[in-house]
Amino acid sequence: MSKGRFGTHGGQYIPETLMNAVNELEKAYEHYKNDPEFNRELTDLLNNYAGRPSRLYFAKHMTEDLGGAKIYLKREDLNHTGAHKINNVLGQVLLAKKMGKTRVIAETGAGQHGVATATAAALMGMECEVFMGEEDTIRQALNVYRMRLLGAKVTPVKTGTATLKDAVSEAMREWTRRVDDTHYVLGSVMGPHPFPTIVRDFQAVISKEIKEQILEAEGKLPDAVLACVGGGSNAIGAFYNFIEDKEVKLIGCEAAGRGVNTADTAATIATGKLGIFHGMKSYFCQDEYGQIAPVYSISAGLDYPGIGPEHANLYDTGRAEYVPVTDDEAVDAFEYLSRTEGIIPAIESAHAVAHAMKIAPKMGKDQIIVINISGRGDKDCAAIARYRGEDIHE
Amino acid sequence: MSNIKRAFDHGKAFIPFITCGDPNLAVTEEIVQRMALAGADLIELGIPFSDPTAEGPVIQAASNRALTAGATTDKIFDMVVRLRETVKIPMVFMTYANVLFSYGSERFIKKCSEIGIDGLIIPDVPFEEKEEFAPYCDKYGVDLVSMIAPTSGDRIREIASKAKGFLYCVSSMGVTGTRSEIVTDIGAMIESVRAASNIPAAIGFGISDAAQAKKMAAYADGVIMGSAIVKLCEKYGSEAPEHIEKLVREVKAAITEL
Repeated sequence: MSKGRFGTHGGQYIPETLMNAVNELEKAYEHYKNDPEFNRELTDLLNNYAGRPSRLYFAKHMTEDLGGAKIYLKREDLNHTGAHKINNVLGQVLLAKKMGKTRVIAETGAGQHGVATATAAALMGMECEVFMGEEDTIRQALNVYRMRLLGAKVTPVKTGTATLKDAVSEAMREWTRRVDDTHYVLGSVMGPHPFPTIVRDFQAVISKEIKEQILEAEGKLPDAVLACVGGGSNAIGAFYNFIEDKEVKLIGCEAAGRGVNTADTAATIATGKLGIFHGMKSYFCQDEYGQIAPVYSISAGLDYPGIGPEHANLYDTGRAEYVPVTDDEAVDAFEYLSRTEGIIPAIESAHAVAHAMKIAPKMGKDQIIVINISGRGDKDCAAIARYRGEDIHE
Repeated sequence: MSNIKRAFDHGKAFIPFITCGDPNLAVTEEIVQRMALAGADLIELGIPFSDPTAEGPVIQAASNRALTAGATTDKIFDMVVRLRETVKIPMVFMTYANVLFSYGSERFIKKCSEIGIDGLIIPDVPFEEKEEFAPYCDKYGVDLVSMIAPTSGDRIREIASKAKGFLYCVSSMGVTGTRSEIVTDIGAMIESVRAASNIPAAIGFGISDAAQAKKMAAYADGVIMGSAIVKLCEKYGSEAPEHIEKLVREVKAAITEL
């Protein structure tokens, strides 16, 4: 079995042209992850630039209203740039800089990862180009402007379904054109080894903090940790330091779109099968001949036909459970959290909130749920208003 | 000796590529027959994939047209069975890992062997991952073709020494597509191959016309042409076969002069 496996998942299914680049990246990462100076610089950036540690907030009204488990919200939405994406990006761009790269490229779906990459590139003086499905540039026009404001070039991708998977494909193609001076800042725990491991390590700060914060607040571990899953970076970040704590349930919430029994879904675990795509072996939504399915979700950030290989393995081993959440349920949760707690979550994160609303009432008052609020929802307001039939213009 | 090596028995080999099912499988069938008549030494049949990450815009668009027109792996197998009644030169499939994997890797490769497919080119399976398919390829006598790229450097020795059929030498950085100029030091790349193995080496990616094919063929045992041919399908549709036949003749003549 080749490198970077999680059970049978993972690996390095990429063109030969990229092999030396991923090998070089792996070597650099293995070196710098143990380098005290690198870690000092990264911690300084995370704390003083991105605003870590993020708060673990007790959602009193939601807890009372649902009448069951105590609900805590991990506030990744309060990070600089408004989502968890900055954790990984600061790590990768700093690493790229140490490797002597002068340019970074990235894919983006909702635009959060693109904005984070453009931000880190501006901060560290790197050239930046972001690939974004043309469909998503329309859904997330404000984020396109933010990236340009930060000095990045945004390239709309018109091929395929013109969404996140096509943006990933195009970023990979661009990397094969220009590997010598360019680092590909992959935004999720996916793609070829070493990306799933690097991104997970940089996001694991989320569960490290949750653990410290919940022990401080409650003196015990939570009963369940919930996070939304597209590729799965915020979820693996929220799960990672609890994997060995078997009593903590780990629940990933997938985007079911219009429902797992329709073609308009992006719920990979619920509807996909084992395959090889975008550099990894994992589960993918696909047809009987292995053609990748054109997936759908209201959430541009979860609108991806695959799931990271470590999640695929957590599913296989039964350590984590994955549940589908529909557009309707996510939009209800988006509005519910806004009204009850005064927190507008990203529509992605609202998928996790929706599942918490289902399970919390059935749990005891002495039990604890932590929901990872992976991003803030300002970017989604116009789209949700339209979903509700209100025509607003940004 | 594998059947593929025979393609390199009569001077420089010309290896044209075609996306199966673009604009439809009947036209592909005619194209392949005409390629063989026009002097092709080996034909690369592309099984379309929805998200071909190693392809430039020309072959991406062709894959889309083929899938939209209803091409499937099974229909392409059936076409190869019909072609094998007349076409005797070696033929290989070019496709992506998921197309094989989802069909069942062993089932796919066994089928290749039954219908007379001599080899497989899978651009998203590098040397490190070839064990995914190589055991079945060995079992059924289908060559899994290895690739080297301008970035391969020290990797060339190991890849070339274990290569089967022929070695696919990627001429340029990036994805498939015609280029006005190829800037890689092809000579040095081929020299590294020669130092490690006597496997036939063919150069592909970016070869746009007969003149460029001739230039590249001077370095290697053969040349591969993809996007330049696929562009003719895009332009002429069902009228493409005669234009492609003409191009194949031109290229074969140009490299035969060497």
